[in-house]
Amino acid sequence: MPSLKDLRNRIASVKATQKITKAMQMVAAAKLRRAQTAAEAARPYAERMAVVLGNLASGITVGPETPRLLAGTGSDRVHLLVVCTAERGLCGAFNSSIARLARDHANRLLAEGKTVKIICVGKKGYDILRRQFAEQIIELIDLRAVRQIGFEQGDMIAQKILNRFEAGEFDVATLFYSRFRSVIAQIPTAQQIIPAQIETSAGAPDAVYEYEPDEGEILTTLLPRNLTVQIFRALLENAASEQGARMSAMDNATRNAGEMIKKQTMTYNRSRQAMITKELIEIISGAEAL
Amino acid sequence: MATFNFELVSPERVLFSGEVDAVVLPATEGDMTVLAGHSPVMTTLKTGFLVVTSTPGNGRRVLVRGGFADVNQNGLTVLAERALPEEELTQDILDQEILTAEMHWDATNEPAARQAAESAIAQLREAKAALNF
Repeated sequence: MPSLKDLRNRIASVKATQKITKAMQMVAAAKLRRAQTAAEAARPYAERMAVVLGNLASGITVGPETPRLLAGTGSDRVHLLVVCTAERGLCGAFNSSIARLARDHANRLLAEGKTVKIICVGKKGYDILRRQFAEQIIELIDLRAVRQIGFEQGDMIAQKILNRFEAGEFDVATLFYSRFRSVIAQIPTAQQIIPAQIETSAGAPDAVYEYEPDEGEILTTLLPRNLTVQIFRALLENAASEQGARMSAMDNATRNAGEMIKKQTMTYNRSRQAMITKELIEIISGAEAL
Repeated sequence: MATFNFELVSPERVLFSGEVDAVVLPATEGDMTVLAGHSPVMTTLKTGFLVVTSTPGNGRRVLVRGGFADVNQNGLTVLAERALPEEELTQDILDQEILTAEMHWDATNEPAARQAAESAIAQLREAKAALNF
């Protein structure tokens, strides 16, 4: 049976924790709003890009002239996994669910006898994955110093991936991130980025396009840009998902702490009452004995 | 005057969306004006000013850096890698842009890329002069 002082201390510490989780929840809510607007503002660009690429790709036939970013290298021996996670923890299952998806994917590829290389964006994913894939991780991209994700970060990561692709370090690249559905639902997603997955518009454009400069050249400038846009979008979706996950995790923690305080206070009051009763009985029985 | 639908989108946001009379584009192979009923065309853009005219004699300038334009029967869509409306331009921003372009120039040895960076620098300097900074 803990003493009254112990109970008091325990209640005080749970209260302090509750204050922290409450504050974190509110901070996450404020950040979420910003991240969500950023993610939504970036959507039109990515959508238009997909439409334009679709128009363009439906007009050409895949041949030896087609850029390798679209047609692939012709083999799928070496896979690159780009795993985007958060830089900070305390956001529920956010990081671990992305890492789990990437791990399952990597294990499946390894079982098929493929070579796997991993680039981690964000420290948390690296921390989880390095236990199992220490030799496979070739790079860790740290975005801790970045406060608001801009197009430059997407560009920087895309550049690194492109350089490796041109150096022939891998054949297929897949991007792992968490798609933001709502505050309570974030869906870990795997998306193949190289060779580009392009939805060609079902009804081919009836109008004949004129290209300036020619199609091939436009396609070669467009494909790297598309890569940047996809990564940029993944980063923004991830940022919004992270805040959403943190918000609901902290909300749960706050509620949990509240329940705990309630229970502890009940025990505290009970044992205090028991003590008083015991003392009274002692006094009364002492008086009666006289 | 016939109008057409015009959208200017940068990765961070939609800058303009609506009906306009004419748009002047800084296309890679020379400036071009798009009017209503233009035949479908797709072109890449260089650094320069894009001029939107929604009412005659009233142009709005936007500095775009890289990107491409897509003209089809639904109108004109410009996807700019970076777009700065004239109102938001300051000397600091322009200097920063020039510095980035110069860094691009320094970073490459390919003649084509060098030429692109050179023309971007020239365009930005011109923009700076045009805005009296």
